[in-house]
Amino acid sequence: MTMLGAGNKLSPLGLLSLVIRRDLVLAMRRRADVLTTLVFFVMVVSLFPLGVGPELDMLRKMAPGVVWVAALLASMLSLGRLFSADYLDGTLEQILLAPQSLSLLVLGKILAHWMVSGLPLVLIAPVLGLQFDMSAQALWVLIAALLLGTPILSMIGAVGAALTLGLRGGGVLVSLLVLPLCIPVLIFGAGAVEAVSTGMSVVSHLSLLGAMLLLALVFTPWVTAQALRISME
Amino acid sequence: METPIAMLEISDLACARGDHRLFSGMSFSLSAGELLQVEGVNGSGKTSLLRTLCGFMIPEAGVVRWRGEDIRERREEYHAEMIYLGHLNAIKDELNALENLHINAGLAGYALDDKQAIAALRRMGLRGRETLPVKVLSQGQRRRVALARLLVGNAPLWILDEPLTALDVSAVGLMQELIGEHLANNGMVIYTTHQPLEVAGVVTRRLSLS
Repeated sequence: MTMLGAGNKLSPLGLLSLVIRRDLVLAMRRRADVLTTLVFFVMVVSLFPLGVGPELDMLRKMAPGVVWVAALLASMLSLGRLFSADYLDGTLEQILLAPQSLSLLVLGKILAHWMVSGLPLVLIAPVLGLQFDMSAQALWVLIAALLLGTPILSMIGAVGAALTLGLRGGGVLVSLLVLPLCIPVLIFGAGAVEAVSTGMSVVSHLSLLGAMLLLALVFTPWVTAQALRISME
Repeated sequence: METPIAMLEISDLACARGDHRLFSGMSFSLSAGELLQVEGVNGSGKTSLLRTLCGFMIPEAGVVRWRGEDIRERREEYHAEMIYLGHLNAIKDELNALENLHINAGLAGYALDDKQAIAALRRMGLRGRETLPVKVLSQGQRRRVALARLLVGNAPLWILDEPLTALDVSAVGLMQELIGEHLANNGMVIYTTHQPLEVAGVVTRRLSLS
């Protein structure tokens, strides 16, 4: 129908990878945004040993909770960016008009968001754990729990971000909406690390986190897609 | 000559923004090769009408049908056959023109190769600007990057909201040419504009909102 000839049809997976690659490239070109989240996480976690003092027993006990609460707050910090840039420059309109399932595109955006704002936290957490004198075993469990838990935070957060899109003061509102929903992740994530320190099995905690991840993976992209349609009206 | 088959049918459409009723009882249809200009003063609901035709806004009453099916029920099939260009360009400042076109084509469902993308950008008069970050381009050039999307898809229905904003005389001429070619290929165009847009050999249908 056109003079230049259209390109080939893009498969759903091709589109998914296009969305992820696009968001990663954009994140690399706006590196300051990514770094603020990471620096915030490092700062908050590092403030505790300084504030509480060098009592190793106490630090070891509070380490999992501190790391998880800091990860939760850091992920709230980055939620505002998930859809707002696309909303402001009109890309979101085009995303809604894509001849593919909107849930799939949303999933791509969530995955890219996690790679940029969740994965770095997972990677740096063991280093921060050393400040709390965590054992090697506890550090491994911390990594596993964060690997399962941070994607859930991104997915629940995406629903909140989509609902508050275009609202004034959306940043605070999204935290108020999303933080209570993240409590189970916090409990089982921090619980897993505590369990290993007290010599109990961590399997149940990690399985529950895994189950929550699967549930979130199935439902949140669809819910987010519906929320985006409402926000764009 | 056989009677043309209506591709897009709007029946008894009513649209409101908040409590304010913009229009109601609107019915029209569009068949292959037709050009429709939506006219009206500021705030008369031109953009709302176009957004309703895209399926962003749910009409208060009435239906929009594409090939006889309600667009809200056949969303993906409909979206594969239409292109919408709104007030916002949907291009990223951090990316260059080529990357932007690749992404926009991808969202519309096409995988482009570089040759096609560069050819489209050159046709839009962006030769030599293909790999510059969009943030260094002027408003008119950004608009051209956005319009390049029209060249790389094969959607029969174009919905253009103020396509001529920020374009210079030569770009307006180019748009007239592109719309003419699209209509000659049995395409359909619905647009709003405050500038005159005449396409040679085509009768522009007008729809006035008051």
